[in-house]
Amino acid sequence: MTLIAKNITYRPDEEFHLNDISFEMNKGELYTLLGRTLSGKTTLLKTIAGLQPFDSGVLLYDDQRFDKLPVWQRNVAMVYQQFINYPHLTVYENIAFPLKQRKLAARSIDEQVRQSIKTVGLGGFENRKIHELSGGQQQRVALARSFAKKARIMLLDEPLVNLDYKLREQLRDEFKNLFSAELSSESILIYSSTDPLEAMQLNGHTIVMDEGRILQHSTAKDVFENPATIKVAEITNDPVMNTMRGSISEQEIVINSDFKLKLPDHFKNLSPGSYIFGIRAAELTIHENGIPFTLEFSEISGSETFLHLENNGVSLVALMEDLVAIDAHQKLMIDINVDQMYAFDMECQLVKSPFQE
Amino acid sequence: MKSLYYIIKYAFITLWSVFVISPFLWALSTSFKNANAVTGGATYIPWLQFQPTMEGWRVLVKSGGQGGIDIIAPYINSIVVTGSASVISLIFGTLAAYALSRFTFKAGFIKNNDITFFFISQRIMPPIVLSIPFFIMLGKFGLLDSLPGLVIVYVALLMPIAVWIMVDFFNGVPREIDETALIDGCNPFQAFYKVVLPNSLPGLIVAFLFCIIFGWNDFFFAFVLTFTKVQLIPVAIVALNSSVTPWWSLSASALVSVAPLVIIAFIVERYLSKGNLSGAIK
Repeated sequence: MTLIAKNITYRPDEEFHLNDISFEMNKGELYTLLGRTLSGKTTLLKTIAGLQPFDSGVLLYDDQRFDKLPVWQRNVAMVYQQFINYPHLTVYENIAFPLKQRKLAARSIDEQVRQSIKTVGLGGFENRKIHELSGGQQQRVALARSFAKKARIMLLDEPLVNLDYKLREQLRDEFKNLFSAELSSESILIYSSTDPLEAMQLNGHTIVMDEGRILQHSTAKDVFENPATIKVAEITNDPVMNTMRGSISEQEIVINSDFKLKLPDHFKNLSPGSYIFGIRAAELTIHENGIPFTLEFSEISGSETFLHLENNGVSLVALMEDLVAIDAHQKLMIDINVDQMYAFDMECQLVKSPFQE
Repeated sequence: MKSLYYIIKYAFITLWSVFVISPFLWALSTSFKNANAVTGGATYIPWLQFQPTMEGWRVLVKSGGQGGIDIIAPYINSIVVTGSASVISLIFGTLAAYALSRFTFKAGFIKNNDITFFFISQRIMPPIVLSIPFFIMLGKFGLLDSLPGLVIVYVALLMPIAVWIMVDFFNGVPREIDETALIDGCNPFQAFYKVVLPNSLPGLIVAFLFCIIFGWNDFFFAFVLTFTKVQLIPVAIVALNSSVTPWWSLSASALVSVAPLVIIAFIVERYLSKGNLSGAIK
């Protein structure tokens, strides 16, 4: 155990910015904070960095009170979603800044800076000023500065969100390799993101946050396969998981009188009664033996199509893996893959997922 | 359409330039004229329409006994007073402005904005209201008619300007830059002078320029708080005005007195556009 938070709460006004946050993090591992905008991710990162005070709770690092240390003695690194660098310095000086601040020998500073510049692929840009770089390059500088520091804790606050689509894809792929190569066994890396795909790709421990609370803390795979609540399922799925109220009775899933589904094997042991059923958009297909839905509208996103469907007050979104051009207000027969269905109780807690034994 | 736009644009710029530059040219030509050339109708072209003379300029360096005003001592006084008051105002004003921009102060109902307004409010009062307390205070400390006394008063007058400009400037510098400096191992004061200050050069220059201009051109306090020993430029120039207005030496002294401002403006103007914060934050 290295970094431990115990019941950290921060409530500057009526709303909780951090609500009873507790976790344990180990050296040499990667943690992804997954949550929507304003879910408290940035506040938590700033709290760990020491930039943000909190009302109650304890933050420990190696059994020492970390929250009693001022920011400049904590030896953390932070990469912001805005590309924060020192505009009056060159790329080289930017990366050397924290090392000079720590009064390291000139020789080892030079070595570490050159190493970091190479790692993030900014060779040849050493003497450029920051404003002469593109957004992606600026973010690489910020990243290189964090790597060069060899900080105890590296905090990355949605580092890709302000980049354009292509660059984001490219950097995300690089991140995975960078992190596995550069993350020393001595430091903790905390990466915040709104994008579930990013969390899956980085494949570290995943902490799902909402309204300042930690909803679930597990591996990326587990959070995706077994979301603890409907809220977690919403946050970890893009597009969000479809939910519909219904009940289980007599070997059937009953949504309404016209909308019944075969009971899948993994639901066999569930007692009859009311549930909220969840199904991912990708598990819906157009099939002649399906259930009739009306297409409200369709949207094309990249190489995928989202179909917004409606049946007697039940609204679902289906994800098609290709471009489908269908006129709105048409009847479509939709097959639902019940083997991938989730069951939540009426308090929105997970009862049964297709991945549970 | 586009060429019409250019014509109008350059017409305006030309008109404005003439408007701004012609008084200077007129003063320059007047300063080389003698009494006849000034009073006997408008003359423009030297050697043809009037004979240039250095008389107007000579008055500036003659001592009072010889009918001159000896502008050199007031000149040095003005440089010392304006220069040191501006530098002091800028140093303390910048520190105050940074604190007001970054930290939260609260004393009852008084918050940061109220403190900032308190600084500015010092300039809202008419100078005449301030002159009496200043006069009495300087008198009590024996600082009337002295350089230190003037510097103190000018700091009180110029610092609000510096605070005002710099608060606004620091508010435009993203806090994340300070935070990054703290994370990178700077204590708050190091974050200020190693990171924030080097990136605030444009603001510092504007504040400094304003201080210099206000200080240099101030007549009222220089007049009220000095008698004979210490004179500043604006007061010394007024001393020229006797029964007959000597337009030629007035012009010469006016040119001499604006010269430092023009020179400073030219030097400093280059840095105004150079320093910018692009690249700090997207």
